[in-house]
Amino acid sequence: MTKNIVILGAGTAGTMMSNHLRRALDKDWKITIIDQRTEHHYQPGYLFVPFGVYGPEDIVKPIEKFIPDGVNLKLGAIDKIYPEKDKVVMVSGEEFDYDILIVATGTDIAPEETEGMMGPHWQKDVFDFYTLEGSSALAKKFRDWEGGKLVINIVEMPIKCPVAPLEFAFLANAFFEQKGMRDKVDIVFATPMSGAFTKPKATEKLDYLLNEKNIEIVPDFNVMAVDGEAKTIMDYGGKEVSYDVLVTVPTNKGSDLMERSRIGDELNYIPTDRATLQTKVKENIFAIGDATNIPASKAGSVAHFEGEVLLENVLNYIQGKDLKEGFDGHANCFIETGHGKALLIDFNYTHEPVSGTFPFPGVGPLNLLKESRMNHMGKMAFKWIYWNMLITGRHLPFVTTKMQEAGKNFD
Amino acid sequence: MEKTIGNKTVNVSEDGYLIDLNEWDKDVATAIAQEEGITLADDHWKVIEYLQNQHKNDVPLTIRSVGKSGVVDIKGFYALFPEGPLKKASRISGIPKPVSCI
Repeated sequence: MTKNIVILGAGTAGTMMSNHLRRALDKDWKITIIDQRTEHHYQPGYLFVPFGVYGPEDIVKPIEKFIPDGVNLKLGAIDKIYPEKDKVVMVSGEEFDYDILIVATGTDIAPEETEGMMGPHWQKDVFDFYTLEGSSALAKKFRDWEGGKLVINIVEMPIKCPVAPLEFAFLANAFFEQKGMRDKVDIVFATPMSGAFTKPKATEKLDYLLNEKNIEIVPDFNVMAVDGEAKTIMDYGGKEVSYDVLVTVPTNKGSDLMERSRIGDELNYIPTDRATLQTKVKENIFAIGDATNIPASKAGSVAHFEGEVLLENVLNYIQGKDLKEGFDGHANCFIETGHGKALLIDFNYTHEPVSGTFPFPGVGPLNLLKESRMNHMGKMAFKWIYWNMLITGRHLPFVTTKMQEAGKNFD
Repeated sequence: MEKTIGNKTVNVSEDGYLIDLNEWDKDVATAIAQEEGITLADDHWKVIEYLQNQHKNDVPLTIRSVGKSGVVDIKGFYALFPEGPLKKASRISGIPKPVSCI
């Protein structure tokens, strides 16, 4: 008898899972993947658009190109998940019954969550770079900007790709240096965290780099409101920071679908077991990538490492075996620092990023937590890896699902 | 490491957060609050109780989730525990330093 797996979301995680599952399951299993978009975006590329490094042609490809043969791609908006009926209902009224559901609906920015953020100043003086529209508008702004105060602000954690705002600050520094106008631009990094990043050892290194690049850090800043006319952001504690150009990383939220289905947390993330990736909603619902509430970074590398664990656990579930507590929170992120250099960090739930070598202990060629040209080449090569290997669910050479401890300088 | 807070010796992390919530009591909370320059009143205790319950149920805490709890709104949370409300309130509540940041 035919059985059904339904995957919600054909972004990085969902597309990857459709490839994994089609290879692993026989034809008795029908696989359906649902998304309302027709384009697949290489989201790590958004960061480079404001500085003219990438254009839309580097970032946008048709969504169906990466869905394997034998998987049914359904384009359309999802209305609700009915866990008690094992059913997904579309806005159009069409219904999909499932034996196993995989939620991969990701996360998106919600600028409307902050008072005063949206308004006539949106994409005029206030920009995001987490959408192609936002980063393209910013590219246009920077092309003939004569300088002033550039404020980069994270509204609240968690956010997708927690290193991206820092990379943005570093790239802006290099961009205005290359334009010969760095002396006309003040760069300020206002963050709700106590320092540059979420983990102490990396923060020490990154705080140092911010100082070195003359980027002012305003820590413990929790935005309450934006005053678009006065060009000021205010925090709950009463502090104010003025700007000429505000680059905001707005509140991130999961899909409204979770709220409609009453299965999300207060930010619409789906409660999920951090080691097995089974949701706490029902045993036949799994989740992957940015859509979950697990305490790991919301990043493509994390989705990739989760993918191999989730595949194994879906197969375990089908065979009635115990699920494996296989996911360790592994993340692996390049941090662009400008002028053709980058840092690399590698960490998991229990080990914060430290210095060392990657992927071969003691050899490299990549350096952890240290600026190098080789790391930058790794970041640039990642675009090819993403389109050709990552989303099609190929194992990346030399990179293990569980974080390696060898070659790292732990205390 | 061990630290004497008020008239009790407790185990704390490098940042001064209690390691074991069982070592927490109201005197410890009052003493930590004093270090933070806060005098605890009824509204503080309500927040502390809420934070401890959330922690016991393994629910990760954020300023936003506290603000939506119905116990206190975000502005009120800042008024009770000025500057870093979640960090300060967590320390006073005897629960680990918040890891909202990932």
